[in-house]
Amino acid sequence: MFKNKTARQNAITYGIILAAMAVMLPMQMGGHLSSSLSGLLVPFCYYAILAVSLNLTVGILGELSLGHAGFMCVGAFTSAFFTKFTADIIANSYVRFFLGLLIGIAFSALIGFLIGIPVLRLKGDYLAIVTLAFGEIIKNLVNVLYIGKDSRGVHFSMKDSISLHLEPEGTVIVAGPQGITGIDRTSSFLIGGILLLAAVFIVLRLIQSRDGRAIMSIRDNRIAAESIGINVTKYKLLAFTVSAALAGMGGVLYAHNLATLTATSKNFGFNMSVMILVYVVLGGIGNIRGSVIAPVVLNLLLDYVLRKLQMLGSNPVLQFMSDNRMLIYAIVLIVIMIMTWSPKMIARREALFNRGRKEE
Amino acid sequence: MRKTMRVIGTTLAATMVLSMTAMAADTFKIGGIGPVTGPAAAYGSAVKNAMEIAAEEINEAGGINGYQVELNFQDDEHDAEKAITAYNTLKDWGMQILEGTVTSTPCVAVAAETVNDGMFQLTPSGSSPSCITNENAFAVCFSDPAQGTLSAVYIGTHGLAEKVAVIYNSSDVYSTGIYETFMAEAENQPFEVVSAEAFTDDSSTDFNVQLTKAKDAGADLVFLPIYYQAASQILTQANAMEYAPVFFGVDGMDGILGVEGFDTALAEGVLLLTPFVATAEDEATASFVGKYEEKFGETPNQFAADAYDGLYIIKMAAELADVNPDMDAAEIGSALIEAMPQITFDGLTGEGTTWDASGAPTKDPKAMVIKDGIYVEAE
Repeated sequence: MFKNKTARQNAITYGIILAAMAVMLPMQMGGHLSSSLSGLLVPFCYYAILAVSLNLTVGILGELSLGHAGFMCVGAFTSAFFTKFTADIIANSYVRFFLGLLIGIAFSALIGFLIGIPVLRLKGDYLAIVTLAFGEIIKNLVNVLYIGKDSRGVHFSMKDSISLHLEPEGTVIVAGPQGITGIDRTSSFLIGGILLLAAVFIVLRLIQSRDGRAIMSIRDNRIAAESIGINVTKYKLLAFTVSAALAGMGGVLYAHNLATLTATSKNFGFNMSVMILVYVVLGGIGNIRGSVIAPVVLNLLLDYVLRKLQMLGSNPVLQFMSDNRMLIYAIVLIVIMIMTWSPKMIARREALFNRGRKEE
Repeated sequence: MRKTMRVIGTTLAATMVLSMTAMAADTFKIGGIGPVTGPAAAYGSAVKNAMEIAAEEINEAGGINGYQVELNFQDDEHDAEKAITAYNTLKDWGMQILEGTVTSTPCVAVAAETVNDGMFQLTPSGSSPSCITNENAFAVCFSDPAQGTLSAVYIGTHGLAEKVAVIYNSSDVYSTGIYETFMAEAENQPFEVVSAEAFTDDSSTDFNVQLTKAKDAGADLVFLPIYYQAASQILTQANAMEYAPVFFGVDGMDGILGVEGFDTALAEGVLLLTPFVATAEDEATASFVGKYEEKFGETPNQFAADAYDGLYIIKMAAELADVNPDMDAAEIGSALIEAMPQITFDGLTGEGTTWDASGAPTKDPKAMVIKDGIYVEAE
């Protein structure tokens, strides 16, 4: 049916997302999904988008970035600022969201590009540390921003909202650590699914293009790549910028899924960057399909299965498991990591798989 | 291998069967949301524990309108996204009334959901004004702006100082919220704010710069709208540089006497506006503190007191509205919203507390002064 192996693999990846949408969307609209599952669908989408985008940096470009949540933060805040700012100018919330999406992506791409210039001169651990620092800088900058609007225009301060000197009817849009509140909750599973498909499409097209092969050649052997005339800086920046832009897209979806947006270390700091990296590593470095599946599986476990255990009744075992959700989650992470990536386990799995094949 | 699988399978099946038996009908399902993991876990745990104590007491005394209360507390890790997940999980459980969330940012996110469902929401300690903008949301505690205004008015009317310095945490929602309204109200008061210095969570160990500025400006009162951990550092460092103004805190200051390694003698004379004092000698407080210490081995803080009162406030409103567990969340919600402005509540965190439709409580702030290592009511 398909010309080659790559096309078939791509089709499977798109097929999984489309199938999930085809099953979940009608169920959600018909009200057949429980509230908790229904509420997790959009997070699945943005975590998958973030993992796919980080996989481009980590798996394809081969550089460890620990500041990915910073780009997500840029996308989230610029788009939420835009949609809140234009709330009384553009009536249709979907039009606002779409414009906000473009703005969020553009800004995070720009920031990714600017940060990429100094950062990509480094490699390995050094690069990881510098990206980590930039991620924290972005988060902290957002926390001192105060932007307000009144009839005289837009006011800006880095001290507090009093020094904006707004007119009484003016509104503070970004309030430092209090962030942005009253955001339209436009994100839906349909939008999330489409954006995820777009992200996967962009990344797969990039990987399988001439540019993608150039990027991978840099990963595999930088000197060899340079010697055959590949512009290393250009391709590194290309991959890094696309990765940042897609992270910004995830951020836009995140921002419009909640009524309030603040930059804490939990959602846009180091923790989140590492979380995304965990998805990438668990899904398989360089494996785009894995990056779509891993966040879904892990979030389903953490926020659905373990939370539901307690609901089953007052059983001490279940009680313990749901009370120590984070502990169980960590143990499961370790187990999955060993099961999937330890060489002995891989050998054992293959032996099992081959035996099954022979019996057929 | 196969044997192990069989054992695991049987155990799982057994747990499932055992667990199915516990479903009881005819109870009010009250949900709680707050951080019980992560950096804000202390607040969420306090609320969770206090809710358990209150629920036990209410159940022993015959429940609400004759129906027992069933609690379920979900973790939100002090994160808006997780709070929504927690809320949805509770909805699937069949929650009819929500007491939560504990912290402000998640509370704002959850409030956007509860208003759609018509769910009654009472936050024990979510103090940002955006928590209770919807008609279905009420608060037990003062909002941050109210605390700022009340503090400025208190300092002004009691003539505590002529020159005031403020040190606040600019990376904290709570602290900036109080700071901003304090500054706004300070303009109307007979004192002058001579310095206002910020710090962030990342620089909350060294306060010499801020203190020196306050000292040089000749401030005779330092207003600290911050939590007690940083406040204990400030007191220690002010003592080291021989600067002894009056220190004035808000409810976040409660807990300062329990900081490990902190010389409580330094806290002598510190004033704070707080609704709850664990060492108060009235019967209700003593009984609650006793039970809490016995059960959880620590002294309850104001979060615990707010949550304990919260459940009794729900009980009072539910009894006035005469709701029963057969009603769904939205029916109970609209009945309770009507009942709330009609009740007058006496509890650990204030006497004669009333609510208006805005959802904010009206009660007298209590000013406490630390004398001989305990809080006493300031004149």
